[in-house]
Amino acid sequence: MSDHFIRGAAAFVGVGLAGMGLAPGYTHLDLIGLAVHDALSDAGYRLAEVDGLYTANMSNILPTLAVGEYLGIRPKVAVGTNTGGNSLIDHALWAALALDAGLCNVALICYGSNQRTGKSAPPDQPPYESAFHSRDPITSYALAAARHMHQYGTTREQLAAVAVAARQWAQRNPAAFARDPLTIADVLASRMICDPLSVLDCCLVTDGAGALVMTRAEQARNRAQPPVYLLGCASAQSHRQISQMPDLTTTAAAQSGPRAFSMAGLAPRDVDVLQLYDAFTINVLLFLEDLGFCERGAAGSLVASGAIAPGGSLPVNTNGGGLSCVHPGMYGIFALIEAIEQLRGGAGDRQIEGAEVALAHGNGGMLSAQTTAILGTAATL
Amino acid sequence: MSDDHAEASLGAPGAAFEAFLKAGDFRLQCCRACARQIYYPRTLCHHCGSKELEWRAVSGRGVVYSTTIVRQKPERGGDYNVAIIELEGGARLLSRVEGIPPAEVRIDMPVTAFISTTNPIPLVLFRPAQKTASL
Repeated sequence: MSDHFIRGAAAFVGVGLAGMGLAPGYTHLDLIGLAVHDALSDAGYRLAEVDGLYTANMSNILPTLAVGEYLGIRPKVAVGTNTGGNSLIDHALWAALALDAGLCNVALICYGSNQRTGKSAPPDQPPYESAFHSRDPITSYALAAARHMHQYGTTREQLAAVAVAARQWAQRNPAAFARDPLTIADVLASRMICDPLSVLDCCLVTDGAGALVMTRAEQARNRAQPPVYLLGCASAQSHRQISQMPDLTTTAAAQSGPRAFSMAGLAPRDVDVLQLYDAFTINVLLFLEDLGFCERGAAGSLVASGAIAPGGSLPVNTNGGGLSCVHPGMYGIFALIEAIEQLRGGAGDRQIEGAEVALAHGNGGMLSAQTTAILGTAATL
Repeated sequence: MSDDHAEASLGAPGAAFEAFLKAGDFRLQCCRACARQIYYPRTLCHHCGSKELEWRAVSGRGVVYSTTIVRQKPERGGDYNVAIIELEGGARLLSRVEGIPPAEVRIDMPVTAFISTTNPIPLVLFRPAQKTASL
């Protein structure tokens, strides 16, 4: 068992969601406000008790100021690191450190977007790529998928199996946005966007918000909800633009994963349920390989076997993921919330029985930034 | 070469790269310390950290590292290729392979660079390499 001082030092004690799918007329800050309200109610804290704020989004260049002002809080610790979609999981690590160090007592992690019904945010065009009319992010992920297919013989059918498994999970989640039946043939027949990725290989575009509350472990024990502990968390990054990625078939999750497992004193075989940031179907294949859940090049056959779908041996994205549940631009916080729901045992029809260890993995940029978090119930301490 | 010290007067790396292209000259920075190619233009070597860089002409020969077809309605210009090219010297560029239908671009295909000046800024694009006559 790892004795890393962060292991089990902080826990998630409240979660909130708002505006899942469509929230016409609401700003991203409105949605954050709703999610934060529910997260604090869930945790049994008042807004005035929040003294640590961790937030990033695609609308505010100074997110901690905009969100803090909206919420009317003046946190002692404010962290607005933005490395893309993984940011909100990465924030959990820095919140745990600040809590353990006594820098703050109640850390709030929150995100929101109205990208589907609101005005779209200005794009962040990478230099030396946008001039060639790459249609990012899809083009970048398509290039990675094409390379994976070239090197390992991965097929479009195998990629489609990721989307179908996500849909099968979404059908068990009443909060999921896309719940209609979906087959491999449907995915293969859907409109091609950037070969080999068709529209059903791509995540949803929805509204939505999420929030989390963390406290030190000793504060977490006697609250309304069973605490879910952060056992390990690590981040890694390799590039910003896809042409600068050293190997299109290996992400920095190959570094963040082993470090997170080491901090937790656990291994992939100990994980009961995985939440992998599935902006595109190829992501799940890459992360299963990079995080050590199968051999390199073997993820295609693994997902095609049904292992990640309901009833499979390796449940992945039990909320329906970014492909079928919700994807308001930065999905990381939703992966983390679903991991917590599973460890609380409150995931309803999609509950993994007896789940004690969950992995939530976030991805940012063009497969650029990766954060792996390992969570556990009190029994894992 | 007489232009070893030319970079001092070229200003920012991006502007220098563009100025060379406008003159029909495809050059990339090369690190004097570790001898590796640098792309995109920078003020220091992203391989070793040295600031001792020089602009060297490149052959323009490379291979397709990965490729995709960006789908677009015919009335908006139709489908087009986007690819990552690995140059002979090791640098990788995002670009397009033109001159053949996008569906015919393949990973590992040999390509040759050309400079397109039809855009506001000149672009390095690629076409399939001419097959060398051999018996």
